Amino acid sequence: MSSINKSAVQVTAVVIANKRIGAYHQLILSVGDAVRNCRPGNFIAIQVGGEASRMVLRRAFAISRTSENAQYGGTVELIVAPHGSGSKWLCAQVEGAEVDVITPLGKAFGIPTEPANALLIGGGYGSAPLFGLADVLKSRGCKVDMVLGASNGSKIYAPMEGKRSVNSLKIFTEDGSMGEPGRVTSQLAEIIKERNIEIIYSCGPMAMLKAITEIASEHHVIHQASVEEAMACGIGICMTCVLPVKDETGAISMKRSCIDGPVMDGASVCWDLVGKSTESF
Amino acid sequence: MANQVDLSTTLGNAWFPSPLFTASGCASSGKELAQFFPLKDIGAVVTKSVMNKPRHGRPTPRMAETPSGMLNSIGLQGPGIDAFLANDVPWLLSQGSRVIVSIAGETIDEYSVLARKIRSTPGISAVEVNISCPNVENRGLVFATDCDTSARVVESVRKVIGGEIPILAKLTPDVTNIADVAHSVVNAGADGVALINTVLGMVINLDTMKPHLGGKTGGLSGPAIRPIAVRAIYQVHEALPDLPILGMGGVSSGRDALELILAGASGVSVGTASFGNPTALISIQQQLSELLAQRGFTSLKQAVGYAHR
Repeated sequence: MSSINKSAVQVTAVVIANKRIGAYHQLILSVGDAVRNCRPGNFIAIQVGGEASRMVLRRAFAISRTSENAQYGGTVELIVAPHGSGSKWLCAQVEGAEVDVITPLGKAFGIPTEPANALLIGGGYGSAPLFGLADVLKSRGCKVDMVLGASNGSKIYAPMEGKRSVNSLKIFTEDGSMGEPGRVTSQLAEIIKERNIEIIYSCGPMAMLKAITEIASEHHVIHQASVEEAMACGIGICMTCVLPVKDETGAISMKRSCIDGPVMDGASVCWDLVGKSTESF
Repeated sequence: MANQVDLSTTLGNAWFPSPLFTASGCASSGKELAQFFPLKDIGAVVTKSVMNKPRHGRPTPRMAETPSGMLNSIGLQGPGIDAFLANDVPWLLSQGSRVIVSIAGETIDEYSVLARKIRSTPGISAVEVNISCPNVENRGLVFATDCDTSARVVESVRKVIGGEIPILAKLTPDVTNIADVAHSVVNAGADGVALINTVLGMVINLDTMKPHLGGKTGGLSGPAIRPIAVRAIYQVHEALPDLPILGMGGVSSGRDALELILAGASGVSVGTASFGNPTALISIQQQLSELLAQRGFTSLKQAVGYAHR
């Protein structure tokens, strides 16, 4: 029917588990067969607030991992920060609660066709989709290193079981409460050189993605960034989640981070033009 | 019982099997929603207002959720009429969808140019002339806030289009007397009116303590504005009972759609509800059919303007 989001389905999901981890909630939702089409980097859009809610828009969350088992069928795991009224509502849902979801949405991370040295960089709960990605990369013979950062230790999401596909994990916090004091970019140039990094995958706040892009470009490393922009619909019809992106000819246009992303070539995003008047394009 | 109700409707000389349409600017050009339901199952796809040239639109942030609504500040981002007519319209027609093309211009000349290009494209059911987009630089000069300028735009489109395709003028509720504006566009040749565009609003971000949207102001949509839509439709239907009205504004259920119909709408567009639920149009259509049947209506047409009796 359509070439956009061709695997996406709208289903009623059941909350299988809701556990607090540090500053976040780990939610497991049963979504049925849709899980088979979920790839690292895809996201899920969830209706929040219940029947009489005054919240009219869905909330989008990166899928951190997926699994299939006999008891629950296909499930997706989300790492949610209870930040605004929508995410707080979601984090308050108990086992057995039903939520209306649409998934899988958006463009997934590209996986190298040949084994490569990959560096995965996550900021805050932006690390969530990187663990599922690490599993896929490792299964393709890639060497996977990971760098995580946050303002403090409670905002680092790094589950024990998630580390099995990771060769090394380095943590930075701005207040030094976990790992080394600093940011994910503090030693990035050294890590790229020492580990002979060929591709960087990142997910986190815009300023972090911009800083990584600059260092990755200097070292001629491919950088796939999963962007976060406020979305009203998550499916490509509202045009609110746009970012200025440059094509091969150098022409800049506003691309939707929901369907042209959330994974984008970091070097193609004009980070400096985000929020600027489009008349300069 | 439900399927006994004849949901078909007309706007000018255009016939539609159902009164439920997408709202311009809330369905892009249909491809994204086609993943969730066949586009031919609704009355029509009203495409996002297109201008003569490609347009980048406004900077981000472009969106703010508000109680039972949202502000948007897109600024008519789009591919331009040539690419739109070459790619999007043929694709929609290939899906069996009925197409209402919404156009927006900065000058009266631009509307004429757009109308000329539409006239030479076959298969278009109607034209929505958007003279009320709040997200353009010269908001103060929005055509639809003035009876004369509204009439001049519609007249320029009418001259070019001739009598073949119905013209719907999309009006803003941000005026003192919307029936006056409706009168002037009808005298200028509009076959109907689309009521209402979004309502101009603003949100201030408490972290930055500045307007949140990149474009500072935005258009408020969603259930929060529904009573404004019902009022505007009621007033215009009262003043011009024979004028076809395409109603929109915060419709998210069958009961909401019926409310607009009872006020005088012959068709109902669904916008913001599709953001929250891509299959909203389909459920609203089913609910509307049931609600009409429950009230003893055998056709949609019997219910149009029924609140005025």
